[in-house]
Amino acid sequence: MKLKSVLMLTTGAALAAPMALAESHGGMDMADSMTLVSWGGAYQDSQINAYANPYQEMNPDVEIVWDESSAEAVARLRAMNEAGNVTWDLVDVLASDSMRLCDEGLAMEIDHDEVLAPGDDGSDATDDFGDLIVSDCFIPQIVFSTTFGYRTDVEEWNGNTPDDICDVFDLEAFPGQRSLERRPIGNMEWALLCDGVAMEDIYDTLETEEGVERAFAKLDTIADEVVWWTAGADTPQLLADGEVVFGSTYNGRLFSLIEEQDQPVEMLWDAQVFDIDGWIIPEGLPEDRLNRVLDFVRYATDTQRLADQAAYISYGPARASSAPLVGEHAELGIDMGPHMPTDPENSERVIVFNYEWWADYRDDMDARFQAWLSN
Amino acid sequence: MTDNTAQTDNGPVLAADGRPLKASLRKALRAQKIRAMMLIAPLLLFIVVTFIAPIADMLFRSVENQIVGNTLPETTATLESWDFANGEPPDEAVFEALYYDMFLAAEARRHTRVGSRLNYEETGMSSLFRGTGRSLDDLGDDYFDVFEGVDPIWEEAGFWYDFMGAGDGDAEAGGLIDAQRDRLSALLDEPVAGDVGFVPDAEIAAILPRTADAYAAFAAYTALVDEDVVAEEEPWEAVFTALATDLRRDGAGEAIAAYSGDGAAELQAAYEARDQLPDISYTEFFIEEDEDWGSLDTWGTIHAYSPSFTPGYFLTAIDMRLTPEGISAQPENLQIYGTLFGRTLFMSMVIMGSCILLGYPIAFLLANLPMRTSNLLLILVLLPFWTSLLVRTSAWKVLLQQQGVINDLLVWIGLVADDNRLQLINNQTGTIIAMTHILLPFMILPLYSVMQTIPPSYMRAAKSLGATDWTAFWRVYFPNSVPGIGAGCILVFILSIGYYITPELVGGETGTFISNRIAYHISDSLNWGLAAALGSILLAVVLVLYWAYDKLVGIDNVKLG
Repeated sequence: MKLKSVLMLTTGAALAAPMALAESHGGMDMADSMTLVSWGGAYQDSQINAYANPYQEMNPDVEIVWDESSAEAVARLRAMNEAGNVTWDLVDVLASDSMRLCDEGLAMEIDHDEVLAPGDDGSDATDDFGDLIVSDCFIPQIVFSTTFGYRTDVEEWNGNTPDDICDVFDLEAFPGQRSLERRPIGNMEWALLCDGVAMEDIYDTLETEEGVERAFAKLDTIADEVVWWTAGADTPQLLADGEVVFGSTYNGRLFSLIEEQDQPVEMLWDAQVFDIDGWIIPEGLPEDRLNRVLDFVRYATDTQRLADQAAYISYGPARASSAPLVGEHAELGIDMGPHMPTDPENSERVIVFNYEWWADYRDDMDARFQAWLSN
Repeated sequence: MTDNTAQTDNGPVLAADGRPLKASLRKALRAQKIRAMMLIAPLLLFIVVTFIAPIADMLFRSVENQIVGNTLPETTATLESWDFANGEPPDEAVFEALYYDMFLAAEARRHTRVGSRLNYEETGMSSLFRGTGRSLDDLGDDYFDVFEGVDPIWEEAGFWYDFMGAGDGDAEAGGLIDAQRDRLSALLDEPVAGDVGFVPDAEIAAILPRTADAYAAFAAYTALVDEDVVAEEEPWEAVFTALATDLRRDGAGEAIAAYSGDGAAELQAAYEARDQLPDISYTEFFIEEDEDWGSLDTWGTIHAYSPSFTPGYFLTAIDMRLTPEGISAQPENLQIYGTLFGRTLFMSMVIMGSCILLGYPIAFLLANLPMRTSNLLLILVLLPFWTSLLVRTSAWKVLLQQQGVINDLLVWIGLVADDNRLQLINNQTGTIIAMTHILLPFMILPLYSVMQTIPPSYMRAAKSLGATDWTAFWRVYFPNSVPGIGAGCILVFILSIGYYITPELVGGETGTFISNRIAYHISDSLNWGLAAALGSILLAVVLVLYWAYDKLVGIDNVKLG
């Protein structure tokens, strides 16, 4: 009796659940509109050009709505989840945010080999993306870096140009204001590196009380000359205005400052901090919307599409198999290879974020950093 | 007062119909009151539903802490008798409870949430829970391999279902299932209902208590959350761990020998093979996964944050903290909130003061110039007011930066040396300048509306009585304009105390407000509890100041237009 009623109750749901995860092509029920969330600006344009427009050409009856809310995606997703009404279908977030969303149960865990297309060279999705899959919910898209740009017309530098990250901390040889991001991530690593800590010991050192003190002491040496930025557009603006002579920001922003706006600024690739950006699928989507998103995301993250994106913005594709396919900039016609953070010339020395470490220490470190700033 | 119904003796005053006047009056007023209430009811309801209730809900988060108890119910209950001061990590019973709590939480993907929650208090908890959650299956797998080696039937879903449910008697331990249902509701934070389609047998539950419990948890989760059929699903790893634990329990042998229900032979065989089971305690398992499980601080934090309500967020908000040893001050290099609250109040006062200084003369001009000129001036005041806040703030950046318009101008006229340009932005000065400009209309408008109502004849009268211009202004005009200043001050102060976009953009490191930290905790760290606590304190400060203001100036003396 009991068993029978349960069978009747659950059969429908039991049949539906595995179907959602099955191969997404075929005659399945798919929603005909989806809301994608991204960062706006040149980055979102590159996504529209590289994946969304071609996808809509293949599926003319699908409507894609863009929402430029990635900056507050974590809080918005939590609010939507609590209200039980998730209106977003696919959200572009930083790798660190994807971990937080995954931990909070706000993003869907996926089986990468099943959901994502294999690489053009025949490799599995998990091998193709490799270490960039930092959490069970994360679908990597691009690798970008936070790195420094410097002005090339500073008289006080007597014709010297910085070629080492530690020149940022050298006020005698390279005087002038610098802009750094107003959060500990990146700054602490650079400070320790320039205080003589070996690259591989950075996070172990930061775990100790003395290590943190050391990093702050190093930052103290330039603190009076630092403008702290919060938005990615700040540093390019400050560099263009001559307000700062050195500034950290995302490499794509510097690319457009140098190549598109032709400002007297150069890139300092040394010790760039690699970071990853990608998609997450919100938890709890209805079946038809989930099918549509899975169909889109499989297409949008295949080898060719990720390589195409590099024609519109100077961020490296997250798939290893995409790298050989990167071509020229769609409008400027310059070869994009040398502008990629992943280019061998540029990536001689890079800091790779330790996401697990920052997920643990972020709150603590941020409180210390803010306390340090206000004193 | 004369009233024809009044009586001169000391009985109650009666109305015309002979009832006491008081009661009659109250009745008449009551009808009026009800009518008035009905008229405002829609608005009141609207405000309660859309404004007061959400705010109350948000503020409630500042003390709410049910997530720890809901996710780890057995652990927190067992841990209650543990004493941090003993200096010893908790005993095996706590680790055993933790294993089953964590297992269910990991199945429901809730263990990382409690990890994030505890990470706010003790760095490292987040990865501790995330990492351990991944390897919980391993322990059960090891046991499973042994049972399967003894008899492959242990792998079969149907066997387990009959073994745990049928038994030979009709005594059923239905309470186990109800307990699991309640527990799931608490864990998932939403009511879980429905028929599990399985009832554990009381006899087997007495022989294998842990196993029955673990299987009931599995059954409830399978039926109610995964919506699968219990009898068709292979039990999860925790059930095998539980069986191993039960087999090794003292006195298990006699009970098993006496048992004759479904699966008695298989159970006896498994019991005899118990020496082949990997010999690992729960404590060893956890500490092997991560040595932090053996650390006092980990358990102290879980212990301190077990109760459903916590003062922890409020303590953090005032630079204190709740540690396993009790309440103590935050280490100096982590104290920021006191400074920020103080700075927010101080800078709001300064902004309010500069708004009065700048706004009063303009409002005076507006009120006293001929209509045509004053209208033009009023438009000049309102135009920036109608411009987007972000545009105005960005404009200030362009004006104030070191290579900006103002510095260029000062260098050009020679007031400032080129290599010593003024630092006007990314500090307190920048915030004060930009916010004074943005909030100025909120000072000017109420001042203007009050000043317009002061008859010019007052000043003329004062002067005709021999007052100088200054005396006439100070003794006659100014006191009449005080209600406008009061209104302007309240508006500007309360607005600026909660401002966050402008300080964020131009405040640099020394010009940010407490609201910037609240925004950080809402959108970046997701520590909504702390954000709610900071918000509650801010709200309380505003209410206290409002009360003080009412005592000093009197709220009746405020005219908002």
